[in-house]
Amino acid sequence: MTFPSGTLLAQSALSGVFIGSLYGLLGLGVGLAWGLLHVINLAHFAFAFLAAYLCYQLASVGGMDPLLTLALIVPLFAALGAALQWVLERFDVSPLNSLLATFGIAAIIEAGIQWEWTADFRKLESVYAGRTFKVGVLFVPLPELLTLLLSLILAFGIWAAMRYTNLGRALRALAEDAPIAAAFGINRRAHALVLAGVCGALAGIAGVCLALTYTLTPSQIYAWVGVVFAAVMLGGLGSALGPLTGGIVIGVSEAVTMAFVSPSWAPIVSFSLLIGLLLLKPERS
Amino acid sequence: MSIIARTARWACAACVGLAMASGAWAQAGQPPIRIGSTLALTGPLAATSLVHKVVGEIYVEQLNKRGGLLGRPVEWIVKDDQSKPDLARTLYEQLITADKVDLLMGPYATGAILSAMGVAQRYHKVLIHHTFGIPSMAKYDMQFPAWSLGPDPGTTVPTTVLKALAASPKPPKTIAIVTSKFPSVHFMSLGAREVAKKMGLKEVLFLEWDFGNLDYGPIAARIKDANPDFLWVGAIGLEGNQLLEAMHKIDYTPHEHFYLYPAPGPMSKSPLANDAMSVTLFEEHPPFTNAPGAAEFIKLYHERAAKAGIPDPTVEVQAAASYTAWQILEAGVRGAGSLDDKAIAAWIKTHRVQTITGNLRFDGPNNYGDDLMKVKQVQNGHWVTVYPKEFAAPGATLQVQ
Repeated sequence: MTFPSGTLLAQSALSGVFIGSLYGLLGLGVGLAWGLLHVINLAHFAFAFLAAYLCYQLASVGGMDPLLTLALIVPLFAALGAALQWVLERFDVSPLNSLLATFGIAAIIEAGIQWEWTADFRKLESVYAGRTFKVGVLFVPLPELLTLLLSLILAFGIWAAMRYTNLGRALRALAEDAPIAAAFGINRRAHALVLAGVCGALAGIAGVCLALTYTLTPSQIYAWVGVVFAAVMLGGLGSALGPLTGGIVIGVSEAVTMAFVSPSWAPIVSFSLLIGLLLLKPERS
Repeated sequence: MSIIARTARWACAACVGLAMASGAWAQAGQPPIRIGSTLALTGPLAATSLVHKVVGEIYVEQLNKRGGLLGRPVEWIVKDDQSKPDLARTLYEQLITADKVDLLMGPYATGAILSAMGVAQRYHKVLIHHTFGIPSMAKYDMQFPAWSLGPDPGTTVPTTVLKALAASPKPPKTIAIVTSKFPSVHFMSLGAREVAKKMGLKEVLFLEWDFGNLDYGPIAARIKDANPDFLWVGAIGLEGNQLLEAMHKIDYTPHEHFYLYPAPGPMSKSPLANDAMSVTLFEEHPPFTNAPGAAEFIKLYHERAAKAGIPDPTVEVQAAASYTAWQILEAGVRGAGSLDDKAIAAWIKTHRVQTITGNLRFDGPNNYGDDLMKVKQVQNGHWVTVYPKEFAAPGATLQVQ
């Protein structure tokens, strides 16, 4: 093992922060649904990719600015998220069964994406794609920076909403003890629909970030599941800031491992971190 | 004449009549020869499998226009293995035992082919396959490859690539080898390390990553730090593009760069991939297009691929290897003059087959013949063969920076 140069290490760590922010953005919706609604939503990843393909379609074929597509994608996916919650409530799906049911929905969405856009690779060529600027010796790519900024704004925004608004307090109360919260007049079903809508919207935003940064193929949906779940577990279920923190810890630890040792060691380090944390703090599982 | 005798005569006459009638029916419309295979029509390998589906349909159509095989029409039964080797195994069992197909054609890609090979071996069926990447694992004596890598591609392929560079105006002195751990790619990259060492190149970086890696930023940073004269990327599918994009983001352009199995369309269309090298068995230019049947196939493929929604309807390695596999099967059946698998295998093993990817032989270790891989390069948004000289596109030479 040779010691990497400072520039290499800093550039790698920055790359880890960027990808970690995307893990965090994807994990934010997953963690909120899991912690507050007790829904383990694998369809969240499929929603994100569906949003990415819609962004690709609107921007490549429709000529829209990719960021402007958020105006259509956010409400659409909020409605999708709420609709999924309604269906899960309607059939009284348990948390474990929600994992199976949403996996099925993810598979259906994957098939739908493949039917519409084929299994071939799709790359969104946007005005943002090739833009990189230099800060000192470090190169900062614009799409990744946008993802980081969006992740920070959303994570802190949701954290503040959960802490300082009646809606947030009600949601936390419902997650803590739903019958008691209901006794205080909180409409559980309506609040759950609102939160599921927010999670759907978050999937939509993550999808736009994916489209800005990555080449799309339907099967990529599952490539993100393991590492995002790890970020959510590290950060804590139902936490607004946790998934972003967990994502960045994983992203940076992976990147630094790649710089110091070998890229093939990266997943071992990040998942060892997770296992270590679960052993030390089992209440997070 | 007793009633019994008369009845017997009528019965005999009826039988003869029926036999004649059925013979006449059989001559007018013979039952088809059924060829069974699976393809990854869904799942992560579906994009490339679609190429093989289109090629198979074209070939069977052409074959039937030529009168089919052994005077019978040919029917191709293709099932979806969903990119899962375990499902491919089950489906090949089904094709042989339930669908009772006469012949087999291989699936896509290495994992599924290995599964199909096991089933073919159990039922003593010939298996022609188009894209098997690890020749040392092809132990079954009635399997035949269309992907002409030769028996030891870990040595021969890197040798071809490094010889091409050695013959260029500016031969590299240092090499970085970065590679996915995808099985059919990894051993080739390990071979490249050995060959580079023997050829006197100094290795300045060796890195491996797991297939499915999402962050290429740190890998790009390490390549930039090592700044090799030649970058060997053991990449499959999109990995090559992802690494190119990551290098571009940190303002690094590799000097000479090679990608083992890139996604052909996305790489040639990428503005970052100019001068990127890879290996090929066939490209859409002479002398490949001079092979018998190649021009007609290319024309048909362009039409059908566009209709099937394939973004890049160019005939390159995948499509050509697929067509080659069908040519081998046809030659085997015609040569043997029967559908007997042992006779077909015996004929293929002892004869050369003229295909669009070359004149193939199957008498080497594990039925592999010559390594026919050539070196291609992205030039002006197109793949062109640049080495060896006799296969280079008209006027094309290896571009070095």
